[in-house]
Amino acid sequence: MSVLAFAEQRNNTFRKSAFEAVSQAKILADQLGKTISAVVVGSNVENMAAELGKYGASKVYVVQDPTLSNYSTEGYTQAVCEAVAKAEASIVVLPATAMGKDLGPRVAGRLKAGIASDVTGLTVEGGRLQITRPMMAGKVFQKMIIKTEKQVISLRPNVFRATEASGAAKVEVLSVSLNPIRAVVKETRVESSKKVELTEADTIVSGGRGLKAPENWDLLTKLAEALGGAQGASRAVVDAGWRPHEEQVGQTGKTVSPQLYIAVGISGAIQHLAGMSSSKTIVAINNDPEAPIFKISDYGLVGDALEVLPELTKQILKLKGQ
Amino acid sequence: MNIVVCMKQVPDSETRVKIGADGKSLDLSSVNFVINPHDEFAIEEAIRLKEKHGGEVTVLTLGPDRAENDIRKALAMGADKAVLLRTEGDFQGDVAIALAEQIKTMGSDLVLFGKQAIDEDSSQTAQLVAEYLDLPCVTVVVKLDADPAAKRLTAEREIEGGTEVVELPLPAVIGTQKGLNEPRLPNLKGIMAAKKKPLEKKEPVNQASKVETVGLELPPPRAAGKMVSQGLDGVPELVRLLHEEAKVI
Ligand SMILES: Cc1cc2nc3c(=O)[nH]c(=O)nc-3n(C[C@H](O)[C@H](O)[C@H](O)COP(=O)(O)OP(=O)(O)OC[C@H]3O[C@@H](n4cnc5c(N)ncnc54)[C@H](O)[C@@H]3O)c2cc1C
Ligand SMILES: Nc1ncnc2c1ncn2[C@@H]1O[C@H](COP(=O)(O)O)[C@@H](O)[C@H]1O
Repeated sequence: MSVLAFAEQRNNTFRKSAFEAVSQAKILADQLGKTISAVVVGSNVENMAAELGKYGASKVYVVQDPTLSNYSTEGYTQAVCEAVAKAEASIVVLPATAMGKDLGPRVAGRLKAGIASDVTGLTVEGGRLQITRPMMAGKVFQKMIIKTEKQVISLRPNVFRATEASGAAKVEVLSVSLNPIRAVVKETRVESSKKVELTEADTIVSGGRGLKAPENWDLLTKLAEALGGAQGASRAVVDAGWRPHEEQVGQTGKTVSPQLYIAVGISGAIQHLAGMSSSKTIVAINNDPEAPIFKISDYGLVGDALEVLPELTKQILKLKGQ
Repeated sequence: MNIVVCMKQVPDSETRVKIGADGKSLDLSSVNFVINPHDEFAIEEAIRLKEKHGGEVTVLTLGPDRAENDIRKALAMGADKAVLLRTEGDFQGDVAIALAEQIKTMGSDLVLFGKQAIDEDSSQTAQLVAEYLDLPCVTVVVKLDADPAAKRLTAEREIEGGTEVVELPLPAVIGTQKGLNEPRLPNLKGIMAAKKKPLEKKEPVNQASKVETVGLELPPPRAAGKMVSQGLDGVPELVRLLHEEAKVI
């Protein structure tokens, strides 16, 4: 019996959430007295697999084939299920990323397993997984258990820590004869390869209508750059065409959990809070002392964003000695 | 094309959460229900595909009788008929199995879903139904082109920092995302017509759920935050607190 982590990679680079999944699988395996393994799926991924040993995996299964160089639900589901069989895994841990959210339920369906999606808390009691996950946009938390023998869980990125340990993993390449794939990814368009991905960023600076005009966005970008963070946006400014939808935080955008979230000129509508209320430290800058965002902020500054942003950027650069 | 749209009725996003007396379900007594906002994109897309290529749109909902209200709204937008898999109170069974078993009987070319139901926030039902029906599936779709003659779809799905372009054959399952279209508002004619459109009510296949909720908890209240001085005067204080107290910069 074992716990199997799906270690997501794209372009032969592991995602940070892959390490989070492996680390958390290791913790669960230790608590449940099971072994821990991981699976890497892709094309020519054998050489990168051993790295997962650093995060606690003692065994890494590799399923590689040129047809797996792009993600596909069907190909990856088959690959993961082969690894589940080989590892005799009873628990599968995935990151709740675009790939993991698509793949996890399909794997669960095939294994006739129950699934818990976008999990933020995991403990073991009486040999059983006790799962916590947000519902209703984080306004309430569900405590749940999975009743089937096989269990699939996807972890909200940035919530569980990736912890490096010392350890080496044995790598085993599985030979899998892949079924034909019906839904084929023909092309992957990456629009922002250099920028820090929002859902995995440690620091996010988000702006709303309080920035007044798209020309002022540069002030926000400079602050994000000074902090080495990613940029987010409220729906109001996405709908107004100031920012692309991929930057939208909230119920109809991305869910983020950074260490630091700075909301500038954002009122704090419930649909925005839905996407960021699990951030560790929240800072609000808003010229209206009654703005709802202050109610959930750890630090608040009442002031004009256009005046405050340049000064804040300057002082942060100074602190960092630049 | 015959299209099935899976639509859920959910508490609207402004709902204040109250936990019920049993500690594990929501108190829904004073809740305002709406069509799951993500499902509006699925309904709209189905109607557009019908308008372009012909065929029929059927709304499929699993839920209690009160869902009829929102099913009629989808019919008023332009769907042709509906099936309500009627439940009493909280459904204890497996939702994806119940939907899949019903869809099996409907002979559809395309099954559309929303990205996620905003009550439970699971984002899993489309993928599960696709697996149970052994159909190809693309989720979080922001652009969809159908070629019914060739029985093929091209879908663009949102991923971190970009999109994937996926080609797949019909029949298929698609999960929709904001950006795909602008859902229409029903007009008066549509609302009148909806009253007469067929709505079949039946019992869902009830297979035991694979998961169990053991409790609901409100998030711990965030301690009242610190307000620093207003305007530029607050900046040095804020930087110091973030550096020394929160240790995040
Ligand atoms: C179904 C549904 C889904 C939604 N999904 C999302 C979502 O995913 N994400 C999201 O963000 N929203 C979402 N919304 C919209 C949400 O309800 C709000 O309308 C939106 O978040 C408001 O954006 P905002 O805070 O930028 O704008 P406003 O609400 O207009 O707030 C602007 C703020 O800026 C402040 N301000 C003005 N001038 C200045 C200045 N000079 N300096 C500093 N502050 C200033 C104002 O005091 C105000 O608080 C959704 C709504 C619905 C109905
Ligand atoms: N009870 C239901 N009845 C009909 N469709 C549903 C139901 N529950 C979920 N769905 C569909 O599945 C999608 C994803 O829901 P979920 O997996 O619960 O987040 C929703 O957007 C709906 O399209």
